[in-house]
Amino acid sequence: MIAEIGHYALVLALALALFQAVVPLVGARLGDLTLMQTAPATALAQFAFVALSFAALVACYVTSDFSVANVYENSHSLMPLIYKMTSVWGNHEGSMLLWVLILALFGAAVAVFGRNLPDALRADALAVQAWIATAFYLFILLTSNPFLRLADAPFEGRDLNPILQDIGLAVHPPLLYLGYVGFSIAFSFAAAALIEGRLDAAWARWVRPWTLAAWMALTLGIAMGSYWAYYELGWGGWWFWDPVENASLMPWLAGTALLHSAVVMEKREALKVWTVLLAILAFSLSLIGTFLVRSGVLTSVHTFASDPSRGVFILAILVVFIGGSLMLYAWRAPLLKQGGLFAPISREGALVFNNLFLTTACATVFVGTLYPLALEALTGEKISVGAPFFNLTFIPLFVPILMAMPIGPLLSWKRGDLYAAAQRLIAAAALALIGVAATFALMGVKAVLAPFGIGLALFVMAGALTDIVERAALRSVGPAIAARRALGLPRSAWGTAFAHFGLGVTLLGVVCETTWNSERIVAMKPGEATSVAGYELTFDGLLPRTGPNFREVVARFTVRQGGTPVAVLEPSKRTFSARTMTTTEAALLTRGASQLYVSLGDSNPDGSLAARIYYKPLVLLIWLGAVVMVLGGALSLSDRRLRIGAPKRARAVPAAPLPAE
Amino acid sequence: MTRKQRRLLMIGSGLGVLALAAGLVLNALSDSIVFFNSPTDVIEKHIATGTRIRLGGMVKDGSLVRGDDLRISFTITDGANEIPVSYRGIVPDLFREGQGVIAEGRVEPGRTFRADSVLAKHDENYMPREVADALKKQGRWQEGEGKGHGGAAAAGAAR
Repeated sequence: MIAEIGHYALVLALALALFQAVVPLVGARLGDLTLMQTAPATALAQFAFVALSFAALVACYVTSDFSVANVYENSHSLMPLIYKMTSVWGNHEGSMLLWVLILALFGAAVAVFGRNLPDALRADALAVQAWIATAFYLFILLTSNPFLRLADAPFEGRDLNPILQDIGLAVHPPLLYLGYVGFSIAFSFAAAALIEGRLDAAWARWVRPWTLAAWMALTLGIAMGSYWAYYELGWGGWWFWDPVENASLMPWLAGTALLHSAVVMEKREALKVWTVLLAILAFSLSLIGTFLVRSGVLTSVHTFASDPSRGVFILAILVVFIGGSLMLYAWRAPLLKQGGLFAPISREGALVFNNLFLTTACATVFVGTLYPLALEALTGEKISVGAPFFNLTFIPLFVPILMAMPIGPLLSWKRGDLYAAAQRLIAAAALALIGVAATFALMGVKAVLAPFGIGLALFVMAGALTDIVERAALRSVGPAIAARRALGLPRSAWGTAFAHFGLGVTLLGVVCETTWNSERIVAMKPGEATSVAGYELTFDGLLPRTGPNFREVVARFTVRQGGTPVAVLEPSKRTFSARTMTTTEAALLTRGASQLYVSLGDSNPDGSLAARIYYKPLVLLIWLGAVVMVLGGALSLSDRRLRIGAPKRARAVPAAPLPAE
Repeated sequence: MTRKQRRLLMIGSGLGVLALAAGLVLNALSDSIVFFNSPTDVIEKHIATGTRIRLGGMVKDGSLVRGDDLRISFTITDGANEIPVSYRGIVPDLFREGQGVIAEGRVEPGRTFRADSVLAKHDENYMPREVADALKKQGRWQEGEGKGHGGAAAAGAAR
């Protein structure tokens, strides 16, 4: 019964979405306020029904109702409750339901927080949102219904893929989808602005918080996914340039560019046409990401449960929305008025530079991800484009962004002084040079590029701080007043500093981990010891253990440093009986920001056990940097000028030019 | 600077960066992509010794030998032809005889293969797609073969 309620609620949500897709739009064209105002109400009701539908599926999972095919295929009565709940989105059907749930959530959020929006803009935006929703409800109901029943209910489920039985699944997909789907708001607003033929600074101020929120979720989602892959797959890698990873990186790059160009539009009313295009692109790339992951056209280390028969449907959605929005863009964008002028050397110029390189870097990732598909379709030749390709293309395009990053915030709007900015960055540059020299001195000249990578990371971090120091005028007023001034700076300034600083931290982690990680693959018998990066690991022996739905063989390693024991590591091999599948559980020892990583291989005939032992210096900085970036986003989001629902002043004085800082 | 000049400058620098990116992409594509081949391809195409490829197929039953110091050898077959593979290291959890596998490495003299990485899928239901296609070409794959209960998933792999 619960499953049928869920199914029915989803059909009702579809009906509401159809209504919301048409009526407010007609209302906006006729100038009929009553029709326009149906949009928020339907958006809320739609969310209520999708939430009900989702809750029904969760209930089926929690009660282990194996008469529902989806539950049977992905759950097991012995699984811990948390995994029963997370396995709702550990499969295709459920994850699509999560997708529309988040889409409806964003629609409802616009309805609730968008009271200050012009009626027509809100009606149009919610209508576009409803088109997207309609397409995905149809997709779920026609090709991926999670509520299908089995004629004979089995006694026991087939269990969730053991790799997914991890807390990572609870966090990673929802965050990633919040990011993907969050860009739909920017997309809907862009489409609405094009339909309206009107675009001003106030538009950018409404769109930016949504984009920022989506960007934060996506950043955290990607970082979380990377860490999850790192400890769960047992290879010690944190980024594989795998198509599925690229599918999430592309919207992130486009979204980052959008955030920056929206600043120009908000402050200076320039780059309007470009910002709208980026808003369309960011969501289009999210859709392409969904297509790549969900359609089965890719083989990847991360995809689970994909099916190409659904690919055609998602492809149709892609064509309609990307093609449609680009056509709308080509038709209506020329109507948009040009904005303010600026010199090439200026804050605007720096942000254009950022956009240029971010979008180009995004394009190379796009080529690397889709070229194999295109080539196979055209010639039948199968190729794999791996890390070497991206190292040769993405990195050279990203380095200029990093080098320019500290300079941008120090330039003034309209016309900047590059010389003055360079002077202020002398301290940061000096620190970077010291970093380069010190790394060469300490580590030798074996890895030539690595010291420069460290220097660049230090430059980015120090540059981010320079902006705050300069704004607080530390050098002229003394520390006490400067500290008070720094605290009084707009939160968005702090947000920029944190986000840029975080990227520097990530870069530092990436450079250190890739250059100086040590790896040992050994076969060990009980009692034997091996050493890696100054740690000595003794293999004590194997012991069996039983979990709720698995059996595991745990290998005990005693870790010593300089003879004194520091920890006991217990990596294991788990065998899940329901799927007769084995997974490797790595054991991690965190020392500062560095980690010692042990994962197991097979047992050999001579009684020895294969083990991979890694020492990964400063590896945690990679994800910590992402967290700092998100913190920057949160600070910026809490800036009162950007607060969702705060643009009251903006309505009183539309497009009020804000004082340039 | 007039609006027109500014626009020209922006378009010009945009094209410049795009040209740079295109150059990087073409350069990278010419020497960093790896072609996928089945054992039959390796033999029919006379792939030169030392070429870096991905070799895919099934691990032949009874061919897996574990040696000292984590060395293993096995044979990859697509039904029609087979190629012996040597590898040193740890293989994935789902690597076993009779299962689909992709090995990346270099072709060695005498049609043998030295792998430096071995990939298997993360789920017992799925066959690497390239492998499924290669087996289908040899007529060794029937729709729905190798699946447990997840019919859609296995059919998906067999596309």
